[in-house]
Amino acid sequence: MAYRMVCLMKQVPDTRNITADVLREDGTVNRQALPAVVNPDDLFALEMALDVKDKYGGEITVMSMGPPAAIEVLRDAMSRGADHAILLTDKKFAGADTLATSHVLESAIRKNGPFNLIFCGRQAIDGDTAQVGPQVAEKLDIPQVTFAEAIEFLDQDDIVIRRAIEGGFERIRGRIPLLVTVTNAAANPRPPSIKRKMFWKKAQTRSSVQSEEEGEMLERGLLIPVWGLAEVGCAAEICGFQGSETWIKNVENVKLTAHEPKSFDTSETGIKELINELINEHII
Amino acid sequence: MANYFTDNEDIKFHLNDERFKTILELREKGYTDNKAYPFAPDDFEDALDNCHQALSLIGELSAEILAPAATDTDRKGCRLENNVVSYAKGTQEMIDRLKQAELFGFTLPRKYGGLNFPMTVYMMAVEIVSRADASFMTLFGLQEISETIHLYASSELKDKYLPKMASGEYSGAMVLTEPEAGSDLQAIGLRATYDEKEECWFLNGVKHFISNGCGDVLLVLARSEQNVQGARGLSLFLYEKDENLLVRRLEDKLGIHGSPTCELQFKNCRATLVGKRKRGLSRYVMSLMNGARLVVGAQSIGIAQEAYNQSLQYARQRKQFGKSIIEFPPVLEMLTNMRVQIEAARSLMYEASLMVDVHHVYNRYGTKDKESAAKIKELNRFAGLLTPMVKYYASEMCNKITYDAIQIFGGAGFMRDYEVERLYRDARITTIYEGTSQLQVVAAVGGLTSGLFFKLLEIKISQSFPEAFKPLVEKIRECEKLLQQAVSSVKAKNDHLYLEYHARGLVDMATETLIAVLLLQNSIKSDHKFDIAKKFIADTCVRVKMLADKTINGDDLAIYECRRIIDSPI
Repeated sequence: MAYRMVCLMKQVPDTRNITADVLREDGTVNRQALPAVVNPDDLFALEMALDVKDKYGGEITVMSMGPPAAIEVLRDAMSRGADHAILLTDKKFAGADTLATSHVLESAIRKNGPFNLIFCGRQAIDGDTAQVGPQVAEKLDIPQVTFAEAIEFLDQDDIVIRRAIEGGFERIRGRIPLLVTVTNAAANPRPPSIKRKMFWKKAQTRSSVQSEEEGEMLERGLLIPVWGLAEVGCAAEICGFQGSETWIKNVENVKLTAHEPKSFDTSETGIKELINELINEHII
Repeated sequence: MANYFTDNEDIKFHLNDERFKTILELREKGYTDNKAYPFAPDDFEDALDNCHQALSLIGELSAEILAPAATDTDRKGCRLENNVVSYAKGTQEMIDRLKQAELFGFTLPRKYGGLNFPMTVYMMAVEIVSRADASFMTLFGLQEISETIHLYASSELKDKYLPKMASGEYSGAMVLTEPEAGSDLQAIGLRATYDEKEECWFLNGVKHFISNGCGDVLLVLARSEQNVQGARGLSLFLYEKDENLLVRRLEDKLGIHGSPTCELQFKNCRATLVGKRKRGLSRYVMSLMNGARLVVGAQSIGIAQEAYNQSLQYARQRKQFGKSIIEFPPVLEMLTNMRVQIEAARSLMYEASLMVDVHHVYNRYGTKDKESAAKIKELNRFAGLLTPMVKYYASEMCNKITYDAIQIFGGAGFMRDYEVERLYRDARITTIYEGTSQLQVVAAVGGLTSGLFFKLLEIKISQSFPEAFKPLVEKIRECEKLLQQAVSSVKAKNDHLYLEYHARGLVDMATETLIAVLLLQNSIKSDHKFDIAKKFIADTCVRVKMLADKTINGDDLAIYECRRIIDSPI
């Protein structure tokens, strides 16, 4: 059976190499000072989808909600082997919390047609909520498996997924359609194919090309569809800032402070005190 | 993410060479391939950007996959079990990633699944992977084999093998050396016999020291004419591995442990002739070897770059007598020489490979009038002269730099805890395989006595330089004069043994003088290069003076006198 898959991906500031000039005085992050990258976990999600495609056949549609610059995520995903890409962008989508984001994603997935599997990264390195995947599954009213490390068995609509839990893993058997959020303990993402990359680097959205170039770009398959509020067909009041139920009140710098070290005697009593201390601190 | 292309300003500098405009324009047949191949470039900017994209991808995979595994690969090496060779884990992972990235067919035409990049871009890729793990070059650098098949084999063989080699499904090996035929390939004895009934060639015999001899497609040099001695009796064969080939052992080597060096036994192995009979060594292997020599040049630069980077970092961190050791002039002097010599080697390297590229595109796609034909012939001769110079200079430089790298690390460098000891061991093969330094010198010195070198030097030195460069141009002119005197003085003896005895000194002088001009040429575009050129030219002047003096006035030891020294009881 060939699977129809959707992979949700996000462009994030590369917070792995934060330097001093990136943090503003008020503690917020100056996004312009950080290079934009594909959210690392999302690449593991795409790899899991590509692996299903390699083994069983199928088609992968990648969707990314974000500003027009997020097209770079889609170019990257297409270079790695995705089949279709859709950019979800609209001023009305801006300022969304996880709830408002999941409304837009749900509508876009429904609009895209029937699906068997939906893949998302476990969480994004900017917000770190890990909520969007589960919320999308809730709204689509399908089962979800979070923290997935591998698909261990797949036959028709029968699926077994290994998921990480504290101190080990568990195997979950489910039925598709199903949504999976993938951790970075899953199989390493493949690199882009250079041939696909040399092609997809030229991909644009309709609004970013000159009208005289549009025909040629369309003919060459280089126009990436853009869906806004109208195309997605989502009510404006549940999208973006307006549809958000949570707002960031303020951001504070965390100051890591060292505590005074405690010392214990190297005697029986000392060791007993040390053990008590460790128990009190819930370390052992 | 770490990236061995984007973090290297000097490779990017050479990728900006204006000759790429002509090379890419002709190679891409005026950018008309994009109708048949969606990924083919639309124009020059697009084509050059594609080169950047490919190198950037290879730079990322080298830094993120290959380099972190290099120590483990070195320790574990390859394994041979039941006639099957397996690579170290990191090596295998890099092969798999390069397949996914479709980076195995750098220079092959698109119709065979290749990327149609110029040779120079491929050399840059070789340099980048070698910096991560020198042993991987013997797998990645074997793309020369598919290039040889592309140039000389029948279209049947090309259609059958090239797509699989471009995709990385098949790896290759050049199978030349035998126990009694190392530098002297004319002595090759592996028998190729033609079976009239089967209408096919069969190979029988033993080869050794074969890098990646466990590959799928082997280009084997064998004696097809049993009664003809020397090179005229040798032909080149393509053999697709089957159960008739035995991998007898893997060599236990000083370095490049990730590369399986095989001893092979051919027992009635069915093979196909490549090109024409009797041209095996004189034509095809010479061409294959020229490509392989440039590859070793690039490998050497990659190793040297890594040794330098690690030394620089260590010298900045390591504190003695209350300050970083880089503050001490003797350490600073070593690091400066390293940096200057790496950039010097790179200038020569890419001059040679660009020359090969320009020759290739003119020869293939250029106009065919008489004047052009003469120009093409001359380019080929220049490329033939520069190739052994690159191999010689870069590999010797690489050994010197890895030696100094351990010196900078001091006792720590002697320990296996740091990577410089591996770099030092890996470097050692570069002056030996694909023709020893001594053979490169012999190959290059002919260009000095024939005057070809001086013709090339004149073309380079007579271009217009800014006024401020004039004193340096004058210095190079002095070197040129001394070199001419030295060549004349050796030639006047009319004794080929005497010439060979002095050849190394002459080739040293010539190579460094040429590099001096190339660095000056680079300086037009970069102030940093001017600093490099100034330092290099200062050193070169002194070296050339000394070597010329030695050749002309000093060492006139006759060969029989050398023998007398050697033959006296130890």
